[in-house]
Amino acid sequence: MQTAVSQAPSPKRSFLYDPNVRGIFYQVLLVAIVSYLFYAAATNAIDNLQRARIASGFGFLENTAGFDISQTLITFSAAGSTYGEAFVVGLLNTLVVSAIGIVFATILGFIVGIARLSSNWMVAKVSMVYVELLRNIPLLLQLLFWYIAVLGPLPQPRNSVEMGAGFFLNSRGLFMPRPLYASDVWVVFAALAVGIVATAVFRYWARKQQEATGRQYPVGLVTLALVLGLPVAAWVVLALAGANPISFEMPQKGTFNLQGGMQVLPEFVALLLGLTTYTAAFIAEVVRAGILAVSKGQTEAAGSLGLKPGQTLRLVVIPQAMRVIIPPLTSQYLNLTKNSSLAVAIGYPDLVQVFMGTVLNQTGQAIEVVVITMGVYLTISLVTSFFMNIYNRRVAIVER
Amino acid sequence: MSTTVDMFRYVRDENVEASPPPNLARGPIAWMRENLFSGPFNTILTLVVLYLLYVSIPPLVEFLFINAVWTGADRDACRAETAGHPVGACWAFVIDKINYFVYGSYPATERWRVDGFFALLAIGVVWLLWLRAPRRDLGAVYFFWLFPLLSYILLTGGNWDFRDSFWIGFIVFSILLVAGIALAARALKTSMRAGLIVGIGIVAVIGITLALVEIDWGLEHVPTALWGGILVTLLVATVGIVFSLPFGILLALGRRSKLPVVRLASVIFIEFVRGVPLITVLIMANTMLPLFLPGDMTVDRLARPLVGVAFFASAYMAEVVRGGLQAMPKGQYEGAMSLGLNYPQMMILIILPQALRIVIPGIVNTFIGLFKDTSLVAIVGIFDLVKTIEASRIDPNWAAPTISYTGYAFAAFFYFIFCWGMSRYSLGVERRLAAGQRH
Repeated sequence: MQTAVSQAPSPKRSFLYDPNVRGIFYQVLLVAIVSYLFYAAATNAIDNLQRARIASGFGFLENTAGFDISQTLITFSAAGSTYGEAFVVGLLNTLVVSAIGIVFATILGFIVGIARLSSNWMVAKVSMVYVELLRNIPLLLQLLFWYIAVLGPLPQPRNSVEMGAGFFLNSRGLFMPRPLYASDVWVVFAALAVGIVATAVFRYWARKQQEATGRQYPVGLVTLALVLGLPVAAWVVLALAGANPISFEMPQKGTFNLQGGMQVLPEFVALLLGLTTYTAAFIAEVVRAGILAVSKGQTEAAGSLGLKPGQTLRLVVIPQAMRVIIPPLTSQYLNLTKNSSLAVAIGYPDLVQVFMGTVLNQTGQAIEVVVITMGVYLTISLVTSFFMNIYNRRVAIVER
Repeated sequence: MSTTVDMFRYVRDENVEASPPPNLARGPIAWMRENLFSGPFNTILTLVVLYLLYVSIPPLVEFLFINAVWTGADRDACRAETAGHPVGACWAFVIDKINYFVYGSYPATERWRVDGFFALLAIGVVWLLWLRAPRRDLGAVYFFWLFPLLSYILLTGGNWDFRDSFWIGFIVFSILLVAGIALAARALKTSMRAGLIVGIGIVAVIGITLALVEIDWGLEHVPTALWGGILVTLLVATVGIVFSLPFGILLALGRRSKLPVVRLASVIFIEFVRGVPLITVLIMANTMLPLFLPGDMTVDRLARPLVGVAFFASAYMAEVVRGGLQAMPKGQYEGAMSLGLNYPQMMILIILPQALRIVIPGIVNTFIGLFKDTSLVAIVGIFDLVKTIEASRIDPNWAAPTISYTGYAFAAFFYFIFCWGMSRYSLGVERRLAAGQRH
């Protein structure tokens, strides 16, 4: 019976029932639909652009920009700079506010997240209220609030508040001395680089020594001495030799505004405050979930070994929690970077405000501008998740 | 025996009065000792927090309630020099502008239609989210077809004008479609019934939709430029959820498909959209959508960001649904296949009902994010709640120092109530699902 069944010729079936044939059919259909959509969009776009007499191609990046930007990290002027340079200025502004925001949001987020698990009832409740409040209100609204809250109490430029040491505060921002670098300033930076490398080497050596002998070295102190001490020493030596490597340009009070110096925009401060406090609420939840994911036995075992609560947290719980924390933490960093595009609402000159706002309006070349801007954010996202995956593979628990 | 009788008895004949619990082990003082002052560090922390609360809470309460102005017709009520007392929040401003905040510039006599939209939305949301509601399958039909259709007619007025030639074309096309499906069924040697039901169903849904839109309901046409406030905020969020769920499910299925082209297309779409900020998607929809359409076609100003939001939300929803699909045990797929179900049957009857159920919290959380993100349409010039507040706070009639803060406080309160309510709901569902899975 068995053999009879297996030897029976398979019944003739229409090839339309073959899953492979059907699969190919569906895929060809999808490709056809998508290509048609792209084709239709492209021909329409070419038509519309020709009718509106809008140039295409990336040549506009070479054209003179003709507008000013309030915060520029590279030299930029309306008359002499191109749209390409405006793009770089916007990109740098986005990166600066994101980088500083990430640092502060991480610090605040970890504090709030750990505080939510505190045995102190009041601390835990206050952190909970913070998280619930900040997470449930749109970031845009918070930014608008911070903007008027920061800008409101500041005085007019002519009544600037003088804070001493060349610091001034008015409604155009915080003015401070601008460092001017002399030609031999490279010595100081070289000292800093040497300090960082030496610290890394020392830390590696100290860990090996501790693993081998159990002896601990004052890693923190040595780090401080190398990273801070070396550049300061280099500076002092240079200054004593009569070649001051860094001097400061002080802001001067003019009739209407302050001249010279470095300026921190109120928009920057508002954006930074908004992004930091908002993202910190999300990071706090990530941290809390990560710490709760470490089993209670770990804390108890650490306690029975005689570690103090602080040591338990630092040496046992956090290192294990990091494995859970890092992936969602990275996506929060990406969110912060993407959310920095809300700068456009309060007028901080970030990539979107400068490039998708002013440049797009002036040139009308929507497609090129949108492609470049989205490409930047997409690159940041993809590069980050690429490194994330590498890290994840490294720290994943090795199952035995 | 005699010894027991003579023994001195230590037995009491009444109960001892219970001694009161020690003050330091129970009661509020002990609780405070344990939870607030359990060591020098904790004591300092408590004191610092108390100080922070002292610095922040009383001024806030003073601003929001004690010094608040509740009645008044213009700015004089809310300026300290004319009111004669320190002025906190100017709620009179919100009360005066509340119709603008809710309806935008929607004509006053037609506002009942907006209320109708709110009511329809509430019915749909309750029907779908209340886990014990009857016939939730009908609820889905209501929410994803009938409700958008009725809302569209209610809000715009409907009354499209198709020419007769359009209807003739539609009927011819319908007959061809049904005939084509019947022929395909014939070629596949399967029963013609299922094919015919599907074909006629599709034709009927499209036909009824178009017919309802064309009927003159006697409603005045209200252009979208007049819509605004909470109406637009809820509308953007609704469009986001109504489109993103079906598209998100399709994208998630595509991402887990065995067909490489389908999978690649889904992955590219999802990762692209998730990698860029919403604001760039909105600006793109605003500037590029008109470019991609034939020159004589114009897109409504309000519809452009809606398209952007729908795309954006779909990508995020797809990832949530994918999580649910991956959480399904393999046995469910294998069981379905061993019953002889084909792919659509397996997904619609077995996998999706279970997968969607376990991702309800994820869907709600995505929706909370979407709801907050609707505020970004203000940046591309759509009059949602934030934009109406931005426009009202510079109204010279209400020029007073605390107007901006009052407006923002009102908006914050509105968003907070919605988002917090939804997050409570999703926590509740999560707890219920967890209870069901505990062994």
